Amino acid sequence: MTANVLSASPSAAWRAHMDTALLVAALVGAWQLLHFAVGGDALPSPLAASRRLVHLLADPDFAANAAETARAFGYALLISWIGGLGLGVLLGAHRLTGDVFEPMLVTLYAIPKITLYPVILLLFGLGISAKIAFGALHGIIPVVLFTMTAVRNIHPVHLKSARALHLTPAATALHVILPATLPEVFSGFRIGFALTLLGTLIGEMFASQRGIGYLLVHAMQNNEPEIIVALALLLVAFATIASSLLLALDRRLRHAA
Amino acid sequence: MAPPGLPRPVAEPGTAVTGGPGQCAVRLAGVTRIYPGAGLHPPVQALGPLDLELRQGEFFAVVGPSGCGKSTLLDVLAGLSRPTSGTVEFEGRPVTDRVPEGVGVVFQEDASFHWLTVRDNAAFGLRRQGVPEREIAERVDHAIAFMGLKAFATAYPAQLSGGMRQRLCIARTLVLRPRLLLLDEPFGALDQQTRLLMGDEVLRLWRETGATVLLITHALDEAAMLADRVGVMSARPGRFIDVVTTGWPRERDSTIVARPEFGQVTARLWSNLRAESMKAMSTTA
Repeated sequence: MTANVLSASPSAAWRAHMDTALLVAALVGAWQLLHFAVGGDALPSPLAASRRLVHLLADPDFAANAAETARAFGYALLISWIGGLGLGVLLGAHRLTGDVFEPMLVTLYAIPKITLYPVILLLFGLGISAKIAFGALHGIIPVVLFTMTAVRNIHPVHLKSARALHLTPAATALHVILPATLPEVFSGFRIGFALTLLGTLIGEMFASQRGIGYLLVHAMQNNEPEIIVALALLLVAFATIASSLLLALDRRLRHAA
Repeated sequence: MAPPGLPRPVAEPGTAVTGGPGQCAVRLAGVTRIYPGAGLHPPVQALGPLDLELRQGEFFAVVGPSGCGKSTLLDVLAGLSRPTSGTVEFEGRPVTDRVPEGVGVVFQEDASFHWLTVRDNAAFGLRRQGVPEREIAERVDHAIAFMGLKAFATAYPAQLSGGMRQRLCIARTLVLRPRLLLLDEPFGALDQQTRLLMGDEVLRLWRETGATVLLITHALDEAAMLADRVGVMSARPGRFIDVVTTGWPRERDSTIVARPEFGQVTARLWSNLRAESMKAMSTTA
C-alpha cells in the first residue's frame, strides 16, 4: 500500500508506461523471431497479422460476429457479477450455508468446465443462451468465493465501531460494510471478467454458428493462420486493456472507497 | 493530596461502588450478564451482580484477572450488549440496545477504517451526523492536532504505527465530544514506553474535555497512574472486590510513577488481585 502511494508521482507513472512499451516491443520482437524460425504457414509475422486484423475490422460480417460475442459476453458478465455478488453475500453472511457450499464451489472451480458443456447444450440448446450460461458458469465462481471471503473477513470491531458511532444499519451497510468489502469483491469481479470471456469464447468454439470463437474454429478448419493469429491478437489486446483498467481501478479502491 | 492507605483486607465480592459526592454520570444496579449455553456447553455467567456509580468528570479504571468480564462490563455500559438482569443508566436515562448520545467508545483492537485517510477517519462520525463541513474541519483539525497526528492527516492507517492508529481511534471518538468516554484496553497492544506517553495524552484529554472516563485495563500501573479510583474485579463472574482511591491531583502526568505512594497503590491493587488471578488461571488452564 505504502509503495503504491509513493509511486504515484508523475515520473514513476512515466516509467511504468515505458516499462509496458518495452515489454510489448520485446514480445513483438520474440514473435517476429519465432516467425522467422517456423515460417509463415505456422506463424504469420506481426505485420501480416496486423494487416489481416485491419481488413477483418472493416468487414461487416466480422462486425456481426463480434457483436454476437459482445452480447453473449455482456449478459454472461452481468450474471457472473450480480449473481456472484448476491450469492457471495448470502454465503458470507450465513456461516453454515457458506460452510456447506464452499467445498462444492471450490471443486466446481477446479474441474475443467468443458466437460459440462454437453449438459449445458442439452439444457440451453444451440443458441446464444448456451454461450451465456457457459460464460457465466466460468465467471460466477470466483466472484462468489471472493465476495464470501470479503464478507466473512469484515473485522467485528468495525461493526462494533459503527454502533459506537451511532450508525443506523443502512448507514453501516453503506459506509462500513461496502467499503470494507469492495476491494476484495472487485478483485473477484476482475478474475470473473477474464474467466467469463474465456467461457464465452469456448462456448462459441463448439456447437455455434456465430461469434469470434466460431470464426476462430472456422479459420482452423480452413487452415487460415493469418486469421487465427489476427483474432488472437484482437482478443489479447481486448483482454489486456480491460484487465489493466480493472486492475488500476482495483488498486485505487484499496486506498479510497 | 491524601496518600492512599496501605493494603487492606480484600472486601467481600459484590462490593457496591458508589461515587460519593458529585453528580452521578453512570449508575449500574444489580447488573448481571449470562451468556446462554449452546449444545453441551452450560450457560456462563460473565458478570455480576454488580453495582457501580461514576461521578461526572471522574476518571475510573477497572482492573481484573483475564476473562473476568471487564470487556463485558464495558459493552453493557455502552449499550452494545444488554444485561441479563439489572439496570444501566447514563445521566439518569436507561441505556438499552443502543449506544447513547454523548457516549464514546475506544476499543482494544485497531478499529480505524483502513479505506479512509486519517482526516476522513476522524471526521467519520461527524459526517454521518450531518454536521456542516466547516465545523467538521475545525473539530477534526483540533482533534488530530491534539492527538499529534497533524503531519499524517492525509496518510492511511496502514502507514501509521500501532500507537498512532490507536490515537486516531481516540481522535475519531473525541470529535464527537463525548461526555462519557469508555476505553477498552486501548493501549493493550503497545509497548510500555508508548503506553506511558499515551497515558499522558489521555490525562490531558480528560482534563480538557471534562468527560467522565472509564478505562478497562489489565495493567495495574496504568490504572494506578491514570485513575481517581480503581475498581478491582474478581475472577469470573466479575464483581468489584475493592475500590482504591488514588488521591492524585487533577493536574498529573506519568511522572507520578516515581512517587512512593504510586508503589503503595499498585501494591494494594496487586494484593487484591493476586488470589483472583490465580483463581482465573486455574479455571482457564
